[in-house]
This record gives sequence, structure tokens and C-alpha cells, in this order.
Amino acid sequence: MTEQIPDDPQASGATPEERPAVPEGGPTGRPLGPGIHPHAGSTDPGLQAPPGVDASTSALEDIEREGLEFKARTQWQLARRRFFRHKLAMASLVVLFLIFLAALLAPHLTPYKFDQINLNDIGVGPTLVGRHFFGTDQLGRDYFTRVLYGIRTSARVALLVAVLSTFIGTVVGALAGYYRGWVDNLLMRFVDLLLTLPGLAILLTASALLGQGSPYRVGIILALLFWTPLARVVRGTFLSLREKEFVEAARALGASDKRIMFRHMLPNSMGPIIVNATLVIAEAILIEAVLSFLGFGIQPPTPALGALIADGETSMQTFWWLVTFPGLTIVAICLCVNFIGDGLRDALDPTQRRLRA
Amino acid sequence: MRPFAGGNGVFTFILRRLLYSIPVLIAASFIIFTFVSISGDPLTGLRLNPHVRPATIHHIEERKHLDKPLIVQYGYWVKDAVFHGFGTTVLGDEPIGPDLTRVFGNTLQLIVAAELISILLAIGIGVYSAVRQYSPFDYTATTFSFIGFSTPIFWLALIAQMLVIRLNTATNTHFLFVSQLNSSTYTNFWVDRLEHLILPVCILAIAEIAAFSRYMRASMLEVINSDYVRTARAKGLSERKVIFKHAFRNALIPLVTVVALNFGALFGGAIVTETIFSLDGMGLYFIHALGDRDVYPIMAWLMVTAVIVIVFNLVADVLYGLLDPRIRYE
Repeated sequence: MTEQIPDDPQASGATPEERPAVPEGGPTGRPLGPGIHPHAGSTDPGLQAPPGVDASTSALEDIEREGLEFKARTQWQLARRRFFRHKLAMASLVVLFLIFLAALLAPHLTPYKFDQINLNDIGVGPTLVGRHFFGTDQLGRDYFTRVLYGIRTSARVALLVAVLSTFIGTVVGALAGYYRGWVDNLLMRFVDLLLTLPGLAILLTASALLGQGSPYRVGIILALLFWTPLARVVRGTFLSLREKEFVEAARALGASDKRIMFRHMLPNSMGPIIVNATLVIAEAILIEAVLSFLGFGIQPPTPALGALIADGETSMQTFWWLVTFPGLTIVAICLCVNFIGDGLRDALDPTQRRLRA
Repeated sequence: MRPFAGGNGVFTFILRRLLYSIPVLIAASFIIFTFVSISGDPLTGLRLNPHVRPATIHHIEERKHLDKPLIVQYGYWVKDAVFHGFGTTVLGDEPIGPDLTRVFGNTLQLIVAAELISILLAIGIGVYSAVRQYSPFDYTATTFSFIGFSTPIFWLALIAQMLVIRLNTATNTHFLFVSQLNSSTYTNFWVDRLEHLILPVCILAIAEIAAFSRYMRASMLEVINSDYVRTARAKGLSERKVIFKHAFRNALIPLVTVVALNFGALFGGAIVTETIFSLDGMGLYFIHALGDRDVYPIMAWLMVTAVIVIVFNLVADVLYGLLDPRIRYE
């Protein structure tokens, strides 16, 4: 299924104005470092230029033989410069950093504990008095404190999902793309099977039955279902990379499969992998919020952003702030992550676009 | 899995794909059945209830063969699913088939309406953004679609409910309803249904518009910069003709695939919206079944949804091949 365009309409839908951002080695003859290959971002081998057209591949061989480290660094420096020039992404990075810093320093920022009940301050609206910035709930618990601790939980889950799903997706995609044949068939049919099942329903079932309200269990369950799109992307990249001359050269020099895969091909696939990992963070935060909201995710007393919204739902007509602020926090975090992902894509992987729902 | 080669290959392609999905469905059903059965006991609530006699529990166990090995239980489930319209629920012994048909119809109303609205709006936004690239409109649309991607739909739904209730109380009217599909009393069934559906449909459509308009914009930009559009301009056609006769039609092709895939996924994906608005649809049915840990309705729901996803994936592939003759491998 992967090699056909219908599966990946974005690949063909990449906007032309973004294309020049890819450093094309061809016309200028300037060699590309192994850090980023011109086609590393393309998921569709069908869209690749014919082998003869790619002038950079012979230059790549030279780099392989000579100073690989030096050239790789310059390539990453180029990407970094492109990222730094993306103003929205940089601003988002700063905002996100501040949000996470606030969550980390939560015990020092608020005078309350997240589960501290105060019956004198029930249903106080957002106010600077007593530092109830986000108001208090039906039990007088300070919602600003609860949101800060909720960010901690959500961030922990999201990072776990990003790391784990990126690892699984990369390994599965690499194995399928490199070995092809029955390995590819087996792994990709399994991916098809996972994609056939309605995702949210499977997640709900799994976390209802296995999650038991623990952030780590919920994170692992999410990761086990989040790796499939990345596996397809990495497989596509590996399928096209394995036909390139520099891989052939490495093989001719007697490099082992492991070395070719992880030393030569993986660095050339890093663009889409990094972008995907970033966007997974936003997706994981959103999905975890849904699970917790429906009562099948993280359970009290652990504060999670989705659960905080669910807590506020019953009295949202009188205490509007209980629903509003945790939700706004989720929007702020996800917006920042998505902008950063967008900046990273422009910097590393301009040919790829994906649907985020 | 390759698209058909052309001509009468369409039917071979469809047949092959459908045949291929049968083992996938069987494997998936067995895995899920095992998984749901071993990790949750639907009778926990009854067992803890002192008013329920052990004989009653024993009777349910016998009726649903819960005391048998797992593989035998699965066999009975398959028999029920194939010959008795998915059988009955474990807890109440209620037939699943009629319930599922009812909620399916309700969900269909919801998502067809949401999908139609979002397609029309997204096409308009996407095309205009692409034609006026980097204009204030384009930037605004991009910003809003990013916000759309980053907003939890359930939260948006709650905020909308809150605002509508406040509006209703302030103006002392009942124009929009925030839960369920119909009031207990109504003068006109369809007007009443419409008043209940407007809010959930809008909420569902917002997420779709954010995604579809991005696709439409990207696809339109690609087409506008292609050679045949330049040719059309060079021939001296009016801008209007170039955009709508030459560019627009071709830019729609990728969107068709996305919409078809999305439509399939929405049957399962409307869970959150239906739960918040208490709509008697597929999603709410599933949430209730899951809350009861009742394996029979969970399985029935998952099977129906998986079949819909498979069918719409197939529709997407076939349509893409039909609309774009360049996509013919082999």
C-alpha cells in the first residue's frame, strides 16, 4: 500500500514555494553532506528523480571516504540556521520553554499543593488575590497549581510516547525498507492491520482495560499505536536510499548490514524522523487529554489536563474557569509544538507534509 | 497492494483487496476478542452486588459460555456474529443488531452533515488561500488551521455548550440544544432534530475544515504552478477560466482521497463529540459498552467500524485511480 500515491496525498501536495528550501546539490554541483540527503524527506520512491539525474550521489561517495564528520556538521548547521530564521518556531520554542519551566518549578511558584483542599475558598474566580490565577474548584483547590502539575503529567506521557514510538517506528521501518522481501511483507501487513482498526476506539479499549490510570502505562499504550505512520515514512526513505550509490559503495567496502543501516542510511533519514517525533508530542497530548477526559486515561489523584477539564465539566455553568484554563493550556502547548514542528520541517524536511487531526 | 492496472482491472483490484481484508478482519477480531475477554470481566458489578443471586450470575455465565476456554468463547461469538446479527449483550441479554442499526443511522446524519459543510468551506478557503498566496487572508487561514489542529475538540465542544446555555438563559429562548437528538416534545421532528444537531455538526466540522483547507491549498498551489496552467494562461484565457476550468478540477483529486479516508475514520472518531452532546450514535454506544466491559457489543462495534474503514480505504484508492490516469503502476 505504501508505494502508491493515494496513501500519501501530502507527498504530491507539497507546495512548490517550499521546495527551493531543499538544498539541491545538482545545479550548483555543491556536494551535499550526508546529514541531509535531497530526497531524504520524500516518502514516495515513485516521485524520485531517475538515478542518473542526481549529481550529488558521486559527491556523496567522496564525502564518505573523506571527512564525513566535518561535512555532516555543516549540513546540520545549515538546517539550524534555517530553523533559527523561522520566527514563529523560535517564538514558540521560547514560550514552550517557559511553560515547561513553570511546570518544573511548580512547587516554588505557587503556595498551594495540587491536592490541597481549602473549604474557605470554594469556587473563587480567577484573581490575583491569594494567587488563584486560574480560580479554585468545588473543593477550594487552586486550579493554577493543578494545571501546572497537570502539565507535568501530560509532558511526561507525551515525551514517553515520542521517544518510544519514534524508536519502534524507526526500527520497524528500517528493517522493512532495508531487507524488503518477507520481512517487509510481514511488518507492513502488521502495520496495515493496525491501521485498519479504528484508532481512538482501540486506544480507549486498551487504556480502559490495561491503563489502570497510570501515566506510564497510558504512555506505553499510546506509543504502541502511534508508531505506524513513522514506520511507513522510514520504510519509504530506506527503500529509495538502499538503491543509492553511497550505500552500494559502503557495501562494496564490506560494511555490515547494521553499519550500513545505522551509520549510512539512518543519518540520511533523520529529517522526517525528527519532525515526526515533534508532531507526535502534540498528538499525544491531545489524545491523552481525550482519554483522561472520557475517564479511561490517567485517573485521579494524578492531575492530568484532560481530567481537570472533566472535573470542571459538572459545574462549568457556575465555575467557567475550571474548563477554560486547562483547555487553553493544552491549546497553547500544542500550538507551540506544532509551530516548532513546522519550523523543523522547513529546516530539515521540506518535501513532507502530514495530516494532523 | 497496488492500484489496478486499468480497464477491467478495476474489478480484479477491488476483489483482491476485499479478499485480502477477510483474513485481516478475522485476525483482528480474534486479537481484540482475546484481549477484551482476558482483561475485563463484565460481571464484576453483578458479583459485588449482594442482591444478585449466584444462580443468576451462573445463568449468565452459562448463556454466554463464559466458563468455557477462550477459543470456544470466540467460536460462539463468531457464530452469533454471523448468524444472529452479533448476538445479545452479556449483561442485559439485549439484541445488539437493532441497537447498532439505530445508532448507525444517527451517526450517519451527524457526520454526513459535518463532512458536507467542511468540504464546501474548506474548498473555498483552500482555493482562495492558494490563489491569493501570502495575502492577509492566506495568513489568517493558516493561523486558524494551526489553532484548529492544536485544539482538543472535546474542550471546544464544552466551551460551545457553555456559551449556548448562557445565550439561551440570557435571551430566554431555546433555539439551540446542547444535548441529545430530540426533545421529549416537539412540533416538527426534523426542525427539532436540526436544532439539536447544529452545534455538534459545527464542532465536528471545525476540525475537518482545518485539515481539509490545508490540503486544498497545497494541492491548488501545486496545480497553479504546473505547466499546463501556464499553457492555459499563455493561450490568453481569462484568469477565471484558468482557475476554475483548468486548475480547480485537478486540484480536487487529492482531496477526494483525503475525504474518503476521513469519512471512514469518522465513524469511529465521532466518539468524543457524541459523548459530550449525549447523541445516541455509534460513539456513545461504544463508550457505554466499554464502561460495562461488555465484550459482545464492543466486538460488534469494532467489526462494523473496521469494515467501514476498509471499504472507504478501498473507495479512496479506486477513486484516485479513476480520477487521475497517471496513477497506474505495474
